[in-house]
Amino acid sequence: MAWRPSVQRVLLHPLAKPLLIAALTTPGVWLIKKALSDELGVNPAEALIRQSGDLVLNALCYLLVLSPLRELTGVVALARFRRILGLGVFGCVCLHILSYSWFDMEFEWADIWLDVLKRPFIFVGFAAFVILSALALTSFNAAIRTLGAKRWRILHKGVFVVVLLGLLHFYWMRASKHRFEDVINYALILSSLMLYRVASAWRQKGRS
Amino acid sequence: MSHLIRIRPDHDDLPSEITPQGVYHGRRELLKNVAQGVAGLSLAQWAQRSAFAQSELTTRPGKLAALNPVVSKVSGAQVMEKITPYEDVTSYNNFYEFGTDKSDPARNAHTLKTQPWSVEIEGLVKKPQRINLEDLIKLSTQEERIYRMRCVEGWSMVIPWVGYSLSELIKKVEPLGSAKFVTFISQADPKTMPFVGSAILDWPYQEGLRMDEAMNPLTLLSFGLYGEVLPNQSGAPVRLVVPWKYGFKSAKSIVKIKFTDKQPDTAWNKAAANEYGFYSNVNPNVDHPRWSQATERRLGEGGLLAKRRKTLLFNGYEAQVGQLYAGLDLKKNF
Repeated sequence: MAWRPSVQRVLLHPLAKPLLIAALTTPGVWLIKKALSDELGVNPAEALIRQSGDLVLNALCYLLVLSPLRELTGVVALARFRRILGLGVFGCVCLHILSYSWFDMEFEWADIWLDVLKRPFIFVGFAAFVILSALALTSFNAAIRTLGAKRWRILHKGVFVVVLLGLLHFYWMRASKHRFEDVINYALILSSLMLYRVASAWRQKGRS
Repeated sequence: MSHLIRIRPDHDDLPSEITPQGVYHGRRELLKNVAQGVAGLSLAQWAQRSAFAQSELTTRPGKLAALNPVVSKVSGAQVMEKITPYEDVTSYNNFYEFGTDKSDPARNAHTLKTQPWSVEIEGLVKKPQRINLEDLIKLSTQEERIYRMRCVEGWSMVIPWVGYSLSELIKKVEPLGSAKFVTFISQADPKTMPFVGSAILDWPYQEGLRMDEAMNPLTLLSFGLYGEVLPNQSGAPVRLVVPWKYGFKSAKSIVKIKFTDKQPDTAWNKAAANEYGFYSNVNPNVDHPRWSQATERRLGEGGLLAKRRKTLLFNGYEAQVGQLYAGLDLKKNF
């Protein structure tokens, strides 16, 4: 494939990462801008919480499509962006949780904790946040060295648990109103990307 | 002239927050007139106004046909809190026949055909009948009632409805002694209501009240808001308003009212019985499975940073309706 080297060259350009970071943060910054300038409609708090949740699901799709894309196209340079995309997911989750803690709970920490323990819907979302925090905190090179590559890799498979918990959280949010269309779309996209990973890991195992 | 009129700093309570809009605007008008030197006449008007401090109607937005209501004398019908702006009341709606996003009804409900319209009265009554909308509107005096509206989702508004007590209609059709419940059935026309038939709920939308709840003077058969007929997205041309229950109990675009001896199925209870009970009285002590009902966000009140309010038992109408539930376990019968 003749185009591959030129794509690689673009992806290895020093500006590639800053540009990706700019592109990734745009929707979040845009949402915050709209919140600050009172453009989120009649119930801005609800809009902020829901839309930041949508950002998380989108960011998870970008993250999970990366490795299949790399394998299918053979563009190895795509691997450089995994950490940025992973931290992008974490950033959206932080915005989501901050919006909830602030505008739904007004930073009443006792009430928030009670909410987490009492409601499976919140608990599942919170569990995903805890796992994701562990991954974000160990996303730096030094952490890989400390943990050892093998253990680090197993730990970071936790992102798949995050996806499942996130989908369950989203499903519960929509279930009582029987609004499943978006849930099904995200579930189809994310689960097929995960299945691809499982299948490819299994193939590699067979080969070795 | 500005030294004569002290401008309140922003953090003070605005008169508009504690005064009906009409009175508030009246005051502004007065100040303007004083400034213009026509104080004599204005003061006379003002004296008259303040004698009926609560007898001011909400200013019409001038968008739809006027209903010319009188001020309601019913206890609890004049909430003294800042009225939610017309734009917010009519652009943020749950009316799933027109879509599930809050902005969908305002966008889609123009297809609803509200003329001709009639309401069928059937079941355990002496005088079952079909009443034309025109006759129904004239059945009793149209009153303006300023009610709190608390949605089960945790937000609330203050809305100046127009209508009359449902009991006026009930008395006219003479329910039999065996009638214990009233069912309200909404229009479900897939041709004009694009989301009827979607899997969200069983259509038509159906709600119900116990007979004594239906007879309570606060229970309103509403034809309008802000002094004008209901916009389609708010449940035109006739809807129920039960201010001490979560908003979904107040069925919209009603075509049938049925009297039964058994507790009727209700739309949301059928869809999720563990989340939405038959009673669905506003109650800060009974959580929704996914969130607490202890507080609420009042819309149109300062946006994102507005502090949440404490939710009141029976939405603040305990004095009027508390006796209906004496001895009833409100946690079990949520």
